[in-house]
Amino acid sequence: MPAHQFTLNGQTVSVESPEDLPLLWVLRDVLGVTGPKYGCGVGVCGACTSHLDGEAFRPCIHPVGGVAGREVTTIEGLGARGLHPVQQAWLTEDVAQCGFCQPGQIMAAVALLKRNSHPSDADIDAAMSDNVCRCGTYVRIRAAIKRAALLLRGAATAGGE
Amino acid sequence: MADTLDSEAEAPAGMDRRRFLTWVVAAPTLVVAARLGFDAPDAEAAAQAPVPESSTPLSIYIAIQADGRVVATLPRTEMGQGITTAVAMLVAEELDLPLDAVDVRSASADARWLIQLTGLSSTMRLLAGPLRAAAADARARLVTAAAQRWRVLALSLTTAQGEVRAPDGRRVGYGELAEAAARVLLPAVSPLPKSVEEYTLVGRPTGRIDARDIVTGAARYAMDLDIPDALPAVVARPPTLRGRVQSFDAATARTLPGVVGVVPLGSGVAVVAQTFAHAFAARDALRIDWAPGPASALSDVDIRARLREAIGPRPLPPLLTARTLEGRFDFPYLAHAPMETQDCVAHVRDNQAEVWLGAQDAKYAQREVARALGWELAPHRVRVNVVRAGGGFGRRFFVEAAVEAALVSRAIGRPVKLMWTRNDDMRHGHFRPASHHRILAYLGLGGTILGWNHRAAVPTVEFPHGFGDAITALAGELLPEVTSTVFFALTQRSPYRFGLVSHELREAAIPIPTGSFRSVFTSQVGVANEVFVDQLARELQRDPVELRRSRLASNRLKAVLDKVVTVGQWGRALPAGVAQGVAVLEEWNSAIAHLVEVDVTGEVPRVLRVIIAAEVGLPINPKGIEAQLQGAAVDAMSTTLTAGIHIDAGAVREGSFADYRWLRMKHVPSDIQVHLVRSDDRMGGVGELGYPSAAAALTNAIARARGTMPTRFPILDEGA
Repeated sequence: MPAHQFTLNGQTVSVESPEDLPLLWVLRDVLGVTGPKYGCGVGVCGACTSHLDGEAFRPCIHPVGGVAGREVTTIEGLGARGLHPVQQAWLTEDVAQCGFCQPGQIMAAVALLKRNSHPSDADIDAAMSDNVCRCGTYVRIRAAIKRAALLLRGAATAGGE
Repeated sequence: MADTLDSEAEAPAGMDRRRFLTWVVAAPTLVVAARLGFDAPDAEAAAQAPVPESSTPLSIYIAIQADGRVVATLPRTEMGQGITTAVAMLVAEELDLPLDAVDVRSASADARWLIQLTGLSSTMRLLAGPLRAAAADARARLVTAAAQRWRVLALSLTTAQGEVRAPDGRRVGYGELAEAAARVLLPAVSPLPKSVEEYTLVGRPTGRIDARDIVTGAARYAMDLDIPDALPAVVARPPTLRGRVQSFDAATARTLPGVVGVVPLGSGVAVVAQTFAHAFAARDALRIDWAPGPASALSDVDIRARLREAIGPRPLPPLLTARTLEGRFDFPYLAHAPMETQDCVAHVRDNQAEVWLGAQDAKYAQREVARALGWELAPHRVRVNVVRAGGGFGRRFFVEAAVEAALVSRAIGRPVKLMWTRNDDMRHGHFRPASHHRILAYLGLGGTILGWNHRAAVPTVEFPHGFGDAITALAGELLPEVTSTVFFALTQRSPYRFGLVSHELREAAIPIPTGSFRSVFTSQVGVANEVFVDQLARELQRDPVELRRSRLASNRLKAVLDKVVTVGQWGRALPAGVAQGVAVLEEWNSAIAHLVEVDVTGEVPRVLRVIIAAEVGLPINPKGIEAQLQGAAVDAMSTTLTAGIHIDAGAVREGSFADYRWLRMKHVPSDIQVHLVRSDDRMGGVGELGYPSAAAALTNAIARARGTMPTRFPILDEGA
């Protein structure tokens, strides 16, 4: 069985598994990283959303072979040095209800804000509409993204740009 | 504390009128239990009652630990409704603790819990009283212990920040007193809860106590638990609802990599493997002959026809009826579709079993697992650990995954984590039943309203056993088993003075699994009523708000209606194709009104904003209430506009969120406002309150924008 080496939340890991094993199950069942959730297994709900080289992706439909040599970040790796501003905004807006979709929502929001520091409502609609929240927290997710954008812009300014 | 006594004695209907029995449980540190005291005549007698034995039924208990942390244990499950936060707030308030010093745990299944059921919007209504009583009792014992330690008058002591404080500046933490307080026989200060006016934390918008765990990925759901050696398991399920295995061939599946075992079950064939990915591959390699399920001759069109038939002929109209208006409505089956699919970790040994489950009815789970294992007479052999759930909405009253996991674990002799796929969860649910409704409004000469007859044809709803206990507590009537007829009669009524009002249920036997869904019958009956009130207004050429106001019997409903009318500027000028709709509901001791604005000029109606006003009595956590009402509005918008289940020859057509069209970010307005109106401090329910009038107000807005009343849901159904 081939070994697949990649960076997971800043650490190098090596996993022996068939190449086509979906990454979600490598993360959850082999490596014990349970932040990314199973919600559909076919890429339509977004509960497993994580980052591959900084871009949002869906480990449930991404084979482990495809991440070799690349950087995978899950919700666990997001706030390695304290809470990420997006997580902070999620707390301030008290977004979560059942919470199951929220790691995926947060990872999608972080990816959005990375490429767009002033997202409009339409930008948020476009970036976030593939993540289902069955509890219906969308109003607060939207508010949290706007708040996080402010926090991030503030941090950029404070850092002296 | 005289005020407290007075307010206890004169408290209005609701939580304060009931008496709560509290007692100290034998333990190294202070543990106070409490229960709804139907049998405790008054607070004084309750305080002097002998300490009950350990088999005494209880509602909650609170433990003061030696480290100063306070743990509340309750027979309820956190599945997103925010109850752990509200409970922590009540405990922190009564004990003068920082909120983060309180932990809240879900109890494992135990016959002693009075009502171990998460549903019927009952958590706060049934537990707030016992929680306040137990926490206040604990505080009194801690103060007494400090007084004994310092040899001072207990009445001179105060509490703050988890400490008892003396006038001379001495302080001691609760943790240090926890042992001595457990031995206090009679508190030397009042063990009665604070009066509402004294609250500093309860009533303040407060963030969820588990929010940080959720946003960091640390929150653990059943499939995230680290149960040593638990192996992934999935089940190959029949194409039709309740189909059965006739024969199967697992020869190929067993040879695939990672496969540990194959276990036949009545409901399908389970595969256990090293990872879920291996399990899916092996499941797909099984060859199974299925016997079709009992509904395999039925499709949507047949079901609708049966329900229409069940309505029967019109009853005789009231005397002096000059004109009868008729409205007909069709509602679809709905899947609960929680984000976390049905799942369970189970470890079965020779004569004991342990399961980890996000159960809405833990005692039922215990009984069902015991029965499946042949231990009907010894359910205590099954330990049910209740874990947080990724949404419930009524689906987790049922425990198929727990039964399957237990059977598979026993068969392979190892712990398993059994998970339903999204397809499984969508296609083998316990659906909110479809229904057909006929509403007759009887008008006299000059537009007087003489009567209202609503007949609903609904497939029989399978209620979980625990509903009996809960309804008994809520309605004050002994109902060991709840049938559809009983539940319908208890919950369906009209808030309007419409003359002779009757609501009738016609049950139809349709062999499709059903269950209760958020708001139960009101999710259909209450919606249809409020939509037809608007139709009545149109027929009478009256304004829908004015007609409602003139006929509402309840002041609370008038207050919430007035609130949305004012805030939402009812009747304001809007562009063509944009309209407002309103609707109201009173249920579970709460009242609510919705005003929805919708734009129908595009291809699909677009909700522009939602204004909600609610009267829930004492709002423990306004932020949590707002979340529940916003979420219920999204539920209502989803199932009114786009999401519904279709039945094709006994099989469910929808398989995931790709075709079960729950609303997404882009469909939901950024403006869903919640305004709380408060007239008294009775405890109202919140979890189910927000659905029916949201659905009706949206439908009414669409009717006013389009000029025709929608009668079939979801309105944008493409498939039927």
